[in-house]
Formats: sequence, C-alpha cells, structure tokens
Amino acid sequence: MSYHSNADLGGQDVRDPIVMEPEGELFHAPWEPRVMALVVAMGPTGLSNIDMNRAARETLPNYRDLSYYEIWLAALEKLLLQKGVLGNSPPPPKQVLRAGLVAAAISKGSAFSRTPTGPARYAPGQRVRTIAVQPAHHTRLPAYARGKVGIVERVHGAHVFPDTNARGLGETPQWLYTVAFDEKELWGGQIPQQRSTISVDAFEPYLEPA
Amino acid sequence: MELRVRALEALLTEKGYIDPAALDVLIDAYQTKIGPRNGARVVARAWCDAEFRRWLLADATAAIASLGYTGRQGEHMVAVENTPQVHNLVVCTLCSCYPWAVLGLPPTWYKSAPYRARAVKDPRGVLKEFGVELPESTQIRIWDSTAEVRYLVLPQRPAGSEDLSEQQLANLVTRDSMIGTGLPGSA
Repeated sequence: MSYHSNADLGGQDVRDPIVMEPEGELFHAPWEPRVMALVVAMGPTGLSNIDMNRAARETLPNYRDLSYYEIWLAALEKLLLQKGVLGNSPPPPKQVLRAGLVAAAISKGSAFSRTPTGPARYAPGQRVRTIAVQPAHHTRLPAYARGKVGIVERVHGAHVFPDTNARGLGETPQWLYTVAFDEKELWGGQIPQQRSTISVDAFEPYLEPA
Repeated sequence: MELRVRALEALLTEKGYIDPAALDVLIDAYQTKIGPRNGARVVARAWCDAEFRRWLLADATAAIASLGYTGRQGEHMVAVENTPQVHNLVVCTLCSCYPWAVLGLPPTWYKSAPYRARAVKDPRGVLKEFGVELPESTQIRIWDSTAEVRYLVLPQRPAGSEDLSEQQLANLVTRDSMIGTGLPGSA
C-alpha cells in the first residue's frame, strides 16, 4: 500500500514570497478559531492521536491548495468518518474536555517522553547516517535528510514513536536524537555557501552508524 | 466553511464528544493568555539573570516552567542562543510544530510552503525577506522541529539596554526574534 505525504516541503522549489504577519493576527475568518478549538478539544476523546492527525493532514490529496485550518478541518472530518463517528456504534470518548478543565489541560499538556526499553545506541559526537528508504507510512524523517551523514548533537531520551503511533500500532518508544548536517552534505553544490548547519530530531530507527 | 464548521461542532456536541463551552475557553486562552509575550518574559529574564540564562540553556523546560509557562506543545523545550558568531532559525518543514506554550499559535507564514521549503536550503535568502542581514562570517544553525522537541531562540540583548527594566526589555523582544526570523528592537 503506498503512502504519499504532500507536506514534506523542506528544500522544495517553492518560489512564492513569504507573507509577513504581525504578532496578534491569529485568525483570518470567524470559523478558523472554531476549527482550532475543535481539534484541540477532540484530543482527550482518544479517537485519534497527534501522529494520526498529522498523517491525516499530510495525505490530503489537495493539501497544497488548502489553507492551514482548511487542512485541519478536512483531516478531522476524514478521521471522524474513519473512526465511525457517523455509524451505528460511534466509539465512546475516553474523556470529554469540559470548559472548567481547559486551563489545567493546557498547562499539563501531554509529554511524549517514555521509559526506554534499552540503552541508547548513539552518543553525542557520533557520526550517523540516516536511512535512505522512504517508508510507506507516516514518518518524521524529511526527504531532504534521507541517506545523509550527520553528527549526533543531543540525546533526548525515548519518545513516542510517530511511525507506529500514527498507524494505531502503539507508542513503541524509541530513543530520540538531534542530528546536525552540514549544508554541503544536504545540498551539495546546489546553493552558494551560507555557513549553515541543519539539525533534525531523528528517532533511532531512522539512523545507522556511519 | 462557516456552515460546515458549525455543523461539525453541532454533531460532535450532540454525540457527546465535545463541550462547546470548552471551545470558547480554548479560543480565549490563545487569543488573550498564551502568546509571544510569554516567551518575551523568558528572554528578558535570561538577559537580566545569568543564573536563569544558564538554567534556560541547560534545561529549558524546567526554567520556562518556573515562570509558569508549561504544557501543550511546550513539554520538551530547548533554548538556543544567538551570539555574535551564531544565529539560530527554527522551522517545521513537515507541518507547523511550534512552541505554543511560550509563543502561542504560529503565524501563517511559519505554517506555509515558502518558509518551510526555503528555510533549510536558503536561510540567508529567507532572512533577507524578513529584513535581516547577517555578516557572511555568522554561522546559521537551523533547527527543523521534526519530533516533539520545541525550540525557542534566545536573541542577543540589544546594545545600550543596560538601564532598562526587565519589563522594558521584554517589550523589545519580538515574536520573530524568538523564531529566528527577526532581531529584537533597539534599546
């Protein structure tokens, strides 16, 4: 089964100008904040998780034509239908976010760190190569950083692994690393030298020793 | 869109998934309570207090939490400092990951294709679009937020700001300076 993300934009040839926006200008239509709030409020129900949400958004065929909150709305609708909300036995919510509990829920958030099941494979300063194969499911290694050699900068502990969490296969926590790449490694001679280093946060299964 | 959203809200309420009053509280929280002024206070504190600055750079989640900013999309914070030699730039090429707890909701440009595509490949070009020109000798560190770690840029303290209060300093800290696409205001 194939999987195509329309959201893996790093390094792509997008020529439209960046449109500035002042601080405080959050929404551009009255329905936008309602969509934001609907998505956040659906979190505690347990019908989907953040990784499933991202997978639903990035696989929208018209992702590139939609505005940000249009993406959120379309993905939410897609997920709700998939989960059977309109069917004869809609799944019961794990929890409903009541108005009085919103502030506490925001402040608490939901940490993604978990107890690791083994020692970290890599250490800061170690050279690693990212895997080259593009998986046929949601993943968080951008295409521009595939099959590249970088240096581990930080070890973050074990975190919920998006690749499995997005498919309902469980959290299967993996060690998470910040890996730094020299611009020449990523772009070769494509761009004039900018003295830049690009770091991504990569899960252990995305890496091999180099 | 308005009708579609209202219909969905009514459906989810009817089916018992959401409390519509919670939506109003959420919207109010992000419109009035959680925004870049939170991050500005963190930066101003770091500028004034060397011990806090050390803490922020060593354990940003804890340091930021001590000022009361915690939770959603800020559970795993890392602060990266700008110096005369290094300028930091934060992006989420894959979607729009952003440190909500200290900066609130991200600006449209941060979530859009041009920034997400170009920030990792042409950072100087992107910075120029924002009116920021760095010396050629400055190193640029780009942080692509591909997991749940969220980045806060600690800008350099403006020259001549020694006599300013912490609140006055916070007023100089712009949202863009904490993403890396801007510099703080002048003292």
